[in-house]
Amino acid sequence: MFGRLSLDAIPKSPVTLGGVATMILALLAIIGLITYLKKWPWLWKNWLTSLDPKKIGVMYLIVAGIMLLRGLGDALLIRSEQALNVQGVPLSSDTFQQIFSAHGTMMIFFVAMGVIFGAMNLLVPLMIGARDVAFPFLNAASFWLFAAGMVLVNVSLGIGEFQAAGWLAYPPLSELQFSPGVGVDYWIWTLQIAGVGSLLGGINFLVTIIKMRAAGMTLMKMPLFVWSCLGSLSLIVFAFPILTATLAMLSLDRLLGMHFFTSDLGGNPMMYINLIWAWGHPEVYILILPAFGIFSVVVASFTSKALFGYTSMVWAIWGITLLSFLVWLHHFFTMGAGADVNAFFGIMTMVIAVPTGVKVFNWLFTMFRGRVRFTTPMMWFLGFVVTFTLGGAAGVLMSIPAIDFQVHNSLFLVAHFHTMIIGGVIFGAFAGYTYWFPKFTGFRLNEFLGKCAFWCWLVGFLGAFVPLYILGLMGATRRLDHYDPSLGWQWLFIVAGLGVMTILLGVGFQILQLGYSIWQHKKHPQPAESDPWDGRTLEWSISSPPKEYNYAVAPVVDTRDAFWAMKQSGLKPSKTYVGIEVPKNSPLGMFIAAGAFLVGFGVVWHMWWLAIVGIVAVIIFMLVRFMDDDTERIITAAEIEKMETVR
Amino acid sequence: MKIPKQAKLAIIVAAVVAFVGAIGLGVWFLGNHNVAVLNPAGTIADQQKQLMITATLLMAIVVVPVLAMTFVIAWRYRASNTKARYSPELTGNRWAEAVWWLIPLAIIVVLASIVVVTSHSLDPFKPLASDKKPLRVQVISLQWKWLFLYPDLHVASVNYLPVPTGTPLDFQLTSDAPMNSFWIPQLGGQIYTMSGMSTQLHLMATKAGDYKGSSANISGAGFAGMSFMTHATSQADFDSWVKATANSGKQMTLDSYAELAKPSENVTPTSYAFPAAYDRLYDTVIMKYMSH
Repeated sequence: MFGRLSLDAIPKSPVTLGGVATMILALLAIIGLITYLKKWPWLWKNWLTSLDPKKIGVMYLIVAGIMLLRGLGDALLIRSEQALNVQGVPLSSDTFQQIFSAHGTMMIFFVAMGVIFGAMNLLVPLMIGARDVAFPFLNAASFWLFAAGMVLVNVSLGIGEFQAAGWLAYPPLSELQFSPGVGVDYWIWTLQIAGVGSLLGGINFLVTIIKMRAAGMTLMKMPLFVWSCLGSLSLIVFAFPILTATLAMLSLDRLLGMHFFTSDLGGNPMMYINLIWAWGHPEVYILILPAFGIFSVVVASFTSKALFGYTSMVWAIWGITLLSFLVWLHHFFTMGAGADVNAFFGIMTMVIAVPTGVKVFNWLFTMFRGRVRFTTPMMWFLGFVVTFTLGGAAGVLMSIPAIDFQVHNSLFLVAHFHTMIIGGVIFGAFAGYTYWFPKFTGFRLNEFLGKCAFWCWLVGFLGAFVPLYILGLMGATRRLDHYDPSLGWQWLFIVAGLGVMTILLGVGFQILQLGYSIWQHKKHPQPAESDPWDGRTLEWSISSPPKEYNYAVAPVVDTRDAFWAMKQSGLKPSKTYVGIEVPKNSPLGMFIAAGAFLVGFGVVWHMWWLAIVGIVAVIIFMLVRFMDDDTERIITAAEIEKMETVR
Repeated sequence: MKIPKQAKLAIIVAAVVAFVGAIGLGVWFLGNHNVAVLNPAGTIADQQKQLMITATLLMAIVVVPVLAMTFVIAWRYRASNTKARYSPELTGNRWAEAVWWLIPLAIIVVLASIVVVTSHSLDPFKPLASDKKPLRVQVISLQWKWLFLYPDLHVASVNYLPVPTGTPLDFQLTSDAPMNSFWIPQLGGQIYTMSGMSTQLHLMATKAGDYKGSSANISGAGFAGMSFMTHATSQADFDSWVKATANSGKQMTLDSYAELAKPSENVTPTSYAFPAAYDRLYDTVIMKYMSH
């Protein structure tokens, strides 16, 4: 009945149990609070069943924020184990390995991807002057699949275990022979479920950008953020099927005793490493491209100047998009592919530095002869330029195969990719968060606390990762829970741990900033400013927060930076309204994802009946949705007129 | 919230002091510790370090101006500086953009030619030129220790790698465990060890000394304990180790190999005699994975 599941699945490690207890208590507190405030119907009607991308975007960001806290907690545990340098204190080797595997998995799949899809949901329809995404229901289903994957990965903490083979779980270590437990299966099914969500989301937004732009908005008039999303989305559509197929093969090895990637009986683990990076390298550009787009918009706004070299920027995005599929082998120069193969992939990798460098120069020259306002988003941008340039230089260094042999899998590498992901994706996300927060709430975040958060993040980031660059050059490999004390690494690990704590302080400031800004707004409500930053793009032309239908009158665009042009010419949109069709709420996306969760949980524990129940549930809910013709409602012209005059 | 001017100044001074202090502390720390990759004791590691310096200097041509320009432009065109020119319609300049497409491209062309040359000259599979006969060492990564076989000298060792200086070292590497990566930073870069396959690595120690080696790829619970010491000595000292070990009681046989291959952690360095009868142990380990 319960397959492999028994009471033994409850973890024994006190650290893990502490984590589980914290999570359960937090969950109970939230449920209790909602019940006490009688907010369940409100939550259900306005959020959980909503098909409005603005709501879905916020839910993506909430999931990403919570996962960021867990990922940071994991980071702190990793560094404390290494700073103490006593095997087994506070973590056993196995727990330590589970924690860094979970850290990587969560930060990439649930924090970075969550932030990217959150930003796309919130911004893409608004920026292209659309009222919705191409497939609103599919969008909700994508989000709920993402959320189901998130739940599954967190369930692994309390029931069973997580995998201990690193965030990409290379075979043969991740095969049954060496990892017989449920950890790798949890990892596979978490990524399968969330990955399908990402693929569907990718298709949805690709179609949205191509088919739903405002009248007159030709491709070369799109805001740069939309261009960068288009690059990122093309990568999602081509790369995620590779991930799905690779994980499917690994699960066939584990479930049915096949030999795709085993080291014996004709299997080939090198094939897995190639395939996982054929997805994995485009993945990092999936994450960084939208962050580039955010910076492009932010810099132009806060210098009161159009972006420098728009056409160059577009070509640079497509150069990066294309090249990102030609470099995957640089993740394993050390596998022995031979000098010519290594040289080819090394050169392709360093060529990416050219379009990336062009983007940096264009941002700098956007500031040139501008009026630079040092707001919080601009601080994140400047911090990004510094960290990203240095991290990029480290990247070019590693793209030279002969040098890579000396830094591969060392902490130098770990420092490099954290520089790119934190300095690039995370700083970009925070710049965007501060910049567009007033768009979706009608009030600004507190600037002072925002700057405190920025400085903590920047100093903490340097404290956490500069020691890692040095440690790598000292010969420290990644994923060590103990090392020879005579090597003199301990102080650097201690400094790195202090760096993580400084980052946590920065997160504390961000939580405080959010709470304080809301409290201030409640205390002294101000009328919502629709255009607080003197913005340039269409989304600032409508009320903040936007109405459900975004644009009361479909906008017509004839230049780049359409809203800036409207402000210059003084033209106002017409006030002749017609009825607008919007999607009705539906809980079916959530139900489908719940079915997918049951499939994942059932297969992980070999509870086959549960997996079948899950599959049947998914099919039934999909059929119910497909047969429902009544999925839209009309907001009449009169209602729109009323809502627009209240503003 | 408004911060008074004195407080601002104090913060800036404190930041500068902290920054300079951190750099000073860093320099002092590095002076007192072994930064292995930048402190080579072998021909390959030495060339890799030189290459690293060359590449860093080449990149500095772009990186340094970018960093300088970031601060200069941001400060010069701050909104409060109304004396600076403001050209809101400056949206591009063909010539300027050509410069920053072409200069990085030129640097990449130079770096790319360096890549082509060094990928061959520092190819781990390429034997080193020397008048001395190379020393053949077969490396097997196990759960969780390293086994070194010297088939021509009839000795073997675990987590301990004695080598003579000035002699090319021909490593053949495989794994009888999950994949590992064999790395001795002071002698040169790493290579993966994979079961059912044999990779190669060619290194040479130029200075006598003890050099830490480890596995750079996670291979399971005891992975962190897979470190070993490379003991580079004169030929004479090496020869006497070989002689003493060949005559010692501990032997590497098929049986003792099977015992050793069982998972164990933080294994103490040990030397073994390696009788000629088991010469083909390395091939046997590889062939184990070859059945279909």
